[in-house]
Amino acid sequence: MMQQVIEVTGLTKEFKNITAVNDLSFSVQEGDVYGFLGQNGAGKSTTIRMLLTLITPTKGNIELFGMPLHSYRREILQQVGAVIEKPDVYKYLSAYENLKLFARLSGVKVTEQKLMQQLDMVGLAARAKDKVQTYSQGMKQRLGIAIALVHDPKLIILDEPTNGLDPQGIADIRNLILHLSREMKKTIVVSSHLLSEIEQVATKVLIIDQGKKIIEGESAELFDPAQTIVELTTVDNVFSLRQLEESRWQQNLQPKRGDVLLLKLDRKLIPQLHRDLVNMNIEVLSLQPRHSLEDYFLQVTSGNQHVDAFTN
Amino acid sequence: MMKKTGKIILFLFAMQASIMLNAQDMNVLVQKVKAKLDLVDDYVADGKMKTDVAFIKAPIGKIKIFFKKPNLFKIKRDNGISILPKGGVSVNMSSVIAMKDYVALSAGETIVDGTKTRIVKLLPMNENSEIILTTMYIDETNLLIRKAITTTKENGTYEMQLYYGAYANYGLPDKVIFTFNTKDYKMPKGITLEFEDGDKPTEADKLRGRKGKVEITYSSYIINKGIDIAVFK
Amino acid sequence: MWTLLQIELYKIFRRPRTYIAFVAITALITIVQLGLKVDGKEYAAFVMADLSNTLQIDGKIINGYFVCYVLLQLLLVHVPLLIALIAADMISGEANMGTLRLLITKPISRTQFILAKFFAATIYTILLLIWLAILALFLSMWIFGTDDMFLLKNNYAVQIENADIFWRYGGAFCFAALAMTAVAALGFFLSQFAENSIGPIVATMSIIVFFTILSTMSIPIFNTIKPYLFTTHMVAWKEFFDVKVNAGNETIRGTIQRPDRIINSTLILLAHIVFFVGASLYVFKKKDVLS
Repeated sequence: MMQQVIEVTGLTKEFKNITAVNDLSFSVQEGDVYGFLGQNGAGKSTTIRMLLTLITPTKGNIELFGMPLHSYRREILQQVGAVIEKPDVYKYLSAYENLKLFARLSGVKVTEQKLMQQLDMVGLAARAKDKVQTYSQGMKQRLGIAIALVHDPKLIILDEPTNGLDPQGIADIRNLILHLSREMKKTIVVSSHLLSEIEQVATKVLIIDQGKKIIEGESAELFDPAQTIVELTTVDNVFSLRQLEESRWQQNLQPKRGDVLLLKLDRKLIPQLHRDLVNMNIEVLSLQPRHSLEDYFLQVTSGNQHVDAFTN
Repeated sequence: MMKKTGKIILFLFAMQASIMLNAQDMNVLVQKVKAKLDLVDDYVADGKMKTDVAFIKAPIGKIKIFFKKPNLFKIKRDNGISILPKGGVSVNMSSVIAMKDYVALSAGETIVDGTKTRIVKLLPMNENSEIILTTMYIDETNLLIRKAITTTKENGTYEMQLYYGAYANYGLPDKVIFTFNTKDYKMPKGITLEFEDGDKPTEADKLRGRKGKVEITYSSYIINKGIDIAVFK
Repeated sequence: MWTLLQIELYKIFRRPRTYIAFVAITALITIVQLGLKVDGKEYAAFVMADLSNTLQIDGKIINGYFVCYVLLQLLLVHVPLLIALIAADMISGEANMGTLRLLITKPISRTQFILAKFFAATIYTILLLIWLAILALFLSMWIFGTDDMFLLKNNYAVQIENADIFWRYGGAFCFAALAMTAVAALGFFLSQFAENSIGPIVATMSIIVFFTILSTMSIPIFNTIKPYLFTTHMVAWKEFFDVKVNAGNETIRGTIQRPDRIINSTLILLAHIVFFVGASLYVFKKKDVLS
């Protein structure tokens, strides 16, 4: 049976006049690659920092590995490795020295061989003894990941891991995540403001905006290209809605967003919908299908609307 | 009128004669004391020196005292710092009596530490002499100087009190207390680097008044064994 | 905790900035020693000028012990600024480097983390003072030899015998270490409140300078607050160099004139340390690490 690795309920964080995270609840199962998606300032980093005890929640509960976080902090963090935003290490030390230092902090007895293996895994073995101040951004990112992995954690949290990287660097991170998940069976939480990054690695996705959950669901469902959201604007939405509710399209109806009617359906059925709308005497002003989650994500998160469209 | 003048002249003559006689008597006494002191050509003494000045806290120090006739005198502390009145301590009467060209006058008698002494004033004839006046309290019986008060041009007035014991036959004291004037002490904070408010000397010190004292206690003398003159450099 | 402490010390001593203080102290001390070696007699004559009107003071006044005393008087006003360079950087420096967030996600308690950092800062302080002692005391003893110390206080002078001095320096350096630890504690505390080092370092230095001025000025209105300022008590090391006298005004070997002042100042400095470290713990445990 899959263990619940992260269980968050009612999580809230208030800073002076700002509510950065607002009554957020989600769960991460063992083996998930959990994508945490939202625009900049949505509350992703704040949520992650609360998971890592960098920030104290105002309200709510966090359990990791079935244990309350604040009561079993030490035991839990021994199983967690994290890269938070741009990973910063001690620039006046070498990669090897940094890795050794953080390994000791993680309570791990490491040999030189093990440390070099870690550095080799992230492609830094050749520069292991060079001072970090001579490294590129991508190299520092890889060192950050090596530090996160040195104590062989069960849960890996990556906050915006591709920030500032070139396309090759981004691809490397993506491949690493997939490797950690598939070969090493790690549970991974990865946050990003780039849908395309999450789309390629995540098994589950949580979209957050202004501290609130927008959508949570399986990636297969959220990113299924066959499924689409159709946005329908008519002359008389009241009449149109009544007609659709009495038709076979009733189960496809989604909660309205303002003056726009929403239907979730297989895109192959769009022509059929067209015909039925004409037959039902619904005067259509606009019928707009969303071909991927991206358009929807942008609109939803910038429009500040809660929509449970993809949740069953 | 003539009778009156004559009487005055006679009186003055008598006074002069009396003074001359007095001076001659005192000179004799001083020469006798000097002769006794002249028995010592040199000595090396071990002793302890205590400097007692109101505004100085100082430890007792072991010293060696060197003397060579007529007036070479040196105090050497075994180790450490010695504090003496300006001009050094000539805790040594030979150097006072070594003075030439002086007039010695009796100023009566008094008791010093239970001993009857003759008060003798020595006035140097030489105007350039550093010493202006020395008053000696001489124990005539033993030919020992019990006390001396010396006034100098440069270094003010100091007083010496001498106590004798085993070496009295040589005119060498067991203990000398040398008393001198000191000025008020106050150091600018820029020199001491003590910017906090300082302590005042204790009440007892204040009561001592402003005179400072150097007390030398002699434990032994080595007399007339010869001393290299280099010691006094 | 021991591992944490080792790691903190390792970080401190791998950083080039750490050695600025050691170099500065070396330069200051050797320059003063050179000056006194060349012109020591003139300096002694200048210092003793007032006393020389009535007294003749013979002996090796400019000796190693005296030189060390002069150095301590000069340096223990300035060493706090060098301590602040490290202590005030302990937390803010990590925040500035971005490593603080990484450290806090490790399985170490915040209490242990703070205490390890403070102890590391304290060890640095002690090592700095040991270096100071080696140069100011032992090197001076080697260059200038030893003899009695003749010290001028504001209202009186003290002569301490040669054999009675060394243990006093032991006490004085231990006390100085405590005083400097109080400075480190202040800098450490201020370090909680910034994400760059400049602010806490400057704030620590400013407080020390400001309080030192208040402590040293003889203005009645300041006298009420002086007893509570740690800078007032930092100079109590000098009490080791004052001796009791007996009824005959002879110094009594092995005594201290006002041991109560040393004890009182020790307690106040300890209280400051406990307060600043306690406050640091309290603040840090509640701190949201946003850097």
